[in-house]
Formats: sequence, structure tokens, C-alpha cells
Amino acid sequence: MTIVSDKPDVSDDGAASDKAGTGSAKAPAAVKTRPGALAETGSPTVRPPAAAHLSDEQVAELGRELDAIKDDILAKRGASDAAYIRRMIKIQRGLEISGRATLLVSKNKAAWVAGTTLLSFAKILENMELGHNILHGQWDWMRDPDIHSTTWEWDFVTPARSWQHTHNDLHHRWTNVVGKDNDVGYNLLRMDAQQEWKPFNLGNPLYNAILAPVFEWGIAIYDLELNDYKEGKKSKEALTKDLKALGRKALTQFTKDYAATPAVAMLTGSGKQALYGTLTANAVRNVWAHAVIFCGHFPEGTDTFTEEMVEGETRGDWYVRQMIGSANISGSKFMHLMTGNLSHQIEHHLFPDIPSNRYAEVAPKVQEICKRYGLPYTTGPIWKQVGSTWAKVFKLALPPKKA
Amino acid sequence: MIRLRKLARAASVLTTPLAPEDILSLFNPVFSARQLRGVVTRVVPETADSATIFFRPGRGWQAHLAGQWARIGVELDGVRHWRSYSLSAPAGMDPAITVTDMGAVSGTLVRSTKPGDVLFLARPQGDFVLPEHPRPLLMLTAGSGITPVMSMIRTLVPHRPDSDVVLIHTARTPADAIFREELAELADQFPNFRVIHWFTGERGRLDFSSTAALEQLCPDWRQRAAYACGPEGFLDDAEALWAAETATAGPSSDSTLTIERFSTKLAGGEGHDGGLVTFEASDREVEADGDTPLLDVGEDAGVLMPSGCRMGICHSCLTPLRAGQVRDLRTDEVHGEPGQLIQTCVSAAAGPVNLDI
Repeated sequence: MTIVSDKPDVSDDGAASDKAGTGSAKAPAAVKTRPGALAETGSPTVRPPAAAHLSDEQVAELGRELDAIKDDILAKRGASDAAYIRRMIKIQRGLEISGRATLLVSKNKAAWVAGTTLLSFAKILENMELGHNILHGQWDWMRDPDIHSTTWEWDFVTPARSWQHTHNDLHHRWTNVVGKDNDVGYNLLRMDAQQEWKPFNLGNPLYNAILAPVFEWGIAIYDLELNDYKEGKKSKEALTKDLKALGRKALTQFTKDYAATPAVAMLTGSGKQALYGTLTANAVRNVWAHAVIFCGHFPEGTDTFTEEMVEGETRGDWYVRQMIGSANISGSKFMHLMTGNLSHQIEHHLFPDIPSNRYAEVAPKVQEICKRYGLPYTTGPIWKQVGSTWAKVFKLALPPKKA
Repeated sequence: MIRLRKLARAASVLTTPLAPEDILSLFNPVFSARQLRGVVTRVVPETADSATIFFRPGRGWQAHLAGQWARIGVELDGVRHWRSYSLSAPAGMDPAITVTDMGAVSGTLVRSTKPGDVLFLARPQGDFVLPEHPRPLLMLTAGSGITPVMSMIRTLVPHRPDSDVVLIHTARTPADAIFREELAELADQFPNFRVIHWFTGERGRLDFSSTAALEQLCPDWRQRAAYACGPEGFLDDAEALWAAETATAGPSSDSTLTIERFSTKLAGGEGHDGGLVTFEASDREVEADGDTPLLDVGEDAGVLMPSGCRMGICHSCLTPLRAGQVRDLRTDEVHGEPGQLIQTCVSAAAGPVNLDI
């Protein structure tokens, strides 16, 4: 049976163009239309202070320039990129099995250090360069079902599907908009002066210090969106489903690292050492991921936004917000790899789904655009950026000074 | 096998979220049951623009019947493309495909494949197979349409002395005729097999508008079970001729025709034309224009579409394409292959489109 829905109005004064907020006649056929909820022209109710000097036309032109950078990468991406991600996967799996195998004989101290180090690197690479980026759909274009955003599962407690919703959809769409992007403090920390101070926030540094080594569990709880449930925005069924998925995932993750690996290691009398090894590797990964991710949007120089600033936001304004709301980390190639190229946070937020190995190539072009349009481009070495986020954590623990 | 599976399940406790095979595939790429692969063992050029590719399939492959085809996945500049190719090797032997260069994918296969390369595979399928009971056969093939028939001939002729096969193969020139030498040798060796080559470069198209040509080439064609494989026009003509024959001879006629048609693609619209969008699982059909994202089209039609950012960055809206092509509203690129996951929020219909939702 086929239901043919008779809707002659679908294609004409299209709902699509109304949604885009332009309301005007369709663009001429030669003009590329960029769909989505963003307007093509106009301006937000309030443009963020850092971009207040730009006219509507300048912002639109900036948008076109960034579009061109993306189109250029999409046209270039091919066999060498595919080879890159496959090589990374091989390296990661090599580190993973060699690290775990070495931990099986970790009664020997050197073996413990080697195994724990290898496994820590394996986990960092898996979460950052592989998991995060593959789950963003950066490699979907290869059409390889094994390296695809819909099939990948990662070595991290939160189930990939839950994380994709809160991260890819909510965080990347509403980057740094206080009240819309819960990544501003993860419902736990006060990370922006706009957030109302409560006595609870006095513990800011303490919470952050506790969060770092168990970061993956923090993310897992965050992905449950408990606040949405409390406010009635998330149904009980949806929460139950997410809880079950998390339970299953946590069980397999827990079993692998804290039961199965030590159990096999017991054959060589290394059970306890192997358990310490996997615990350490997970903690190392958590502390590192926490540091890198906090460097993305919290260092000095990154802006946050009010809901007014996204009201009527155009595509160009969206790009502007991504750039002035994110911060990069400067460093060596190896450091970039270990952050999963999230050290190119600005570029990643502009183009979340281009292959991660291309961000380095895009970065100078983006920096040049920022300079030309008089926009800040925040970057710095990792120690400086980490220090800056911690300074904010401490500063915002205290109530705002009365003017 | 069962013990192996139990072992794999036990080992997966240590490898989760990966499977043990993901680790083993570090050492041997064929060792993945989730993605069936084959390793190319030999490449034999057939004509100037065709080649036979032999491959050793991994676990999970199913032996093919003579005449069947398989979907083969090839990577072109990092992107997986799937095409269907007839298997030309006899039933029971290691599989091989014979490919004629007709486009980007087949061209790459013919020109660049070398032993050791890995192909992605789907299991053999198709009903264009030999009859269950022995019958005299007439094979009509044109161009690369010989491929599935070659598998049938290789399976039948050398092993069944009671077989009786006539092959009429049309090609442009002798140099274009795939398997010409092998067919000649088989015909020499086995009196029960007769091969007729018809070169259109010399004699023009084989005329199916009347039975005259057929009468001359194979007088007893009415007593034979006929198989035809070739281009669209060739098959249409053959079909019309057999239909006319059945109409005059009445239902008592025992002349049957089995044809292999590579299903024609949905005609692609002219970019901005849009087309009829069918949401298969939801049983909805909507006419869409070429500028409205399929996500909006689906939602307006009341289909529960997965969605996210609606601007092409979050990949929450990925939906499998069953047939047809879509236009990427960002780049204007028209693309789409069956089974491909498309971002509905930035894709519009380019001609008729079937979505698996």
C-alpha cells in the first residue's frame, strides 16, 4: 500500500525558505543554497562584542570565504586521507594489544611501566583521533562501514550514540551559548560569569580536580541529560533507554579493564599489578582528555554568548561564533595527534566533519581570515592554556564583585 | 566452527568495543566476517578493455551457481563504490569476475587491479542460472553479456557429455570478443557445443525483427531453452521476438527465454528538477523539488526522520538510500548509490529517490 500525500504546496512558496527566516523569493538557481535553520542574510539581534565592528555584508563575505576553504578540502580529500585513518587505526590497535599483553606479565616492574604507558597511549589515541573524529562523521565519505559514525563504538564509558547527541548536535550547534550549550561547565562547574553564582560553586576547583581522573564517567552522566529529564524535556522512556545502554556499555568496559585483564594476568601472578595498570591507563587518559577538552572553550580569550546573539544568526555569524568561542593549542605534530587534532579546536568547530588530518592545513588560512576581519584567534602552548582554564575555575568559584 | 565462535565470544571480553576479528585483521585483512573481503590472486587480460580478476574470498562467502553475479566493492580515491559483476568462473571453482571498462569503477578494476589487492564482496545472487533438468540450450549474448553465460558453458560443456549448447555471441570485432579463443577450443573439443560469433562491425546488428536470422544460425531454436544477456536494446528485441513466437505458436510452445537484465537505474533528474521521493518503510510518496532538503520533505510528509543540526555537520540524520540520486545542496554534487547513507538535511532529490525509512 502506498499513501500518496497530495501536497502541491510543498515545493512552491516552500516551507524551507520560511524556516530559514528569509521569507524572500528563492535565490537564483546559480547561487549555491546552504540549508539549515540559519538565515542567509541579516544579522542576529545582538552581534557578539568581539564581532560588533563587522557589517552584515562583511560577515556574509567571511562566511563565503570559509565555505570556500571547506569546499577546497572536500575536493582534495581522497586516497591519502583514507590511508591516514587506516594507518592510525592499525597503530592504535597495535598499541592496544601490545600494552594489554605486556600488562599480563606486569609483576615485572619494567613490564608494568611499559604496558601501562602503551595502554595509556592506545586509549588516548582511540578516544581522541579515532573515536571523537569518526563519531563526528569525518570519515563517513569513505563509505567503509567499519569506519563510520553510525557503527563506531569507542573505548569510553559513554555509549557512542548518546555522546553524539549531546556533543555533535547540541554542543556543536550551540557552541558557548550560555543556557543552550551545557558544555559550558557540564552542569557541574561555573565556567562563565553569566552563570549565576551559588554557594555550591565555591567547590569549583575541587569538583574539577575530582572530575579530571574520572572524566569518562562525568561525560557518561552528562550524556544522560538528567536536567532535561527533571525539567520534563526528556521522557522517562528515553532516559530508561539511555540508562540501559549506558549500563551495558559500562559493564563491558568495566569487565575488560578491571576483571578480564587482571584475571588473565593472574596466570602469571600479575593480577593485582594488571589491575593497577588498567586503572592507571584509564586515569591517564581521563586527565589528558579533560585537559585537552577544557582547553577548547575555556581559556582566556574565548567568548561566550547570550541567546540574543544567536537570535536570527546567519551562517556567517555562526562561523564567527565558532571562531571567537574556541581556542587552539599550539605545539608539535605529536601533540596535535595526541589531542586528536582538537588542538585545532577553532578549525574543528568551523568544519566539524572534515578529516582531522586536514585541520593543520586549514589553520593558517583561518588565522589569516581572523586577522583580516579583526577577530581574535586564541591559541597558546598547552601549559599556558591549561593554566588559563584553571585560573577561570578558581576565579568563578567566587561570587561576582559588586560594582 | 561453533567452538571457534565460543572462543571468539570469550576473547571479545578483552577486546570490546572491538571484536577479536578486528585485532586479527591487523595480520590478515580477509579475516573479517563482518565485512566480507577477497584477495585478488590473478588478473588475466581478456581484450583491450576487459580483464578477468580471480580472487580468494574470506570466510562467509558462499559458492556461486553458474550464471550468478556478486556485488563487488572497490575503493576509488578512498571512497567505497559497489557494482554488480557476473561471475565468469565455473560453478564450484574459485570465483572470478570478468570486467569490461565502461566507467570509473570498472575502468579501475580492469586497469589497476593487481594480485594481493583486497576487494569487498557480497554473496553471489541471481536467478539467471541453468535449468534443473537437462535441456538443449541456446545462448544469446552481446558484448560483456557473455560473462554469466561463460560460467554456464564452463560448468556444463566439459562435464556433461549429454549437454547440447549453441552460443550466438555478438561483438563489434573479433578483437572485442571476450573468451573467443577458449570458446573456439571448447567447440573443437566438444561436439555437443557449437559457437557462432557475429561481428557487428562486419555484418551489422543481429536482426531480431523477424525469425529469419535465428532460423539461419540455429534452425532448431524453437526446441531450445534460450538464455539472453546483453545490452538493453538487445534484450528488448529478443524478448519481443519470443513473445511474438509464443503468440503465434500458442501456449503449447516450449520455447522459453530467460534473460539477465542489470536493473536499470532510476533516471536521474536534471539536477534541480527534484522528483518523487518514496519513504519505503513509512509507505509515503511525495513530489519534492530539487532545492528542499529531503529531511524537510520527509518531515512535512509526517515521516519520523532522524535529525540533528540541520546544517550538515552532525550526521544525526543519516538515512540509507535505496535507489536514485541526491544532490548535495552544499556542493551541488549529484551522487548516490544503493545502500549509501546520506545526510538528508543537506541533500535534495535529483530525480526519483527511494529512502529506506
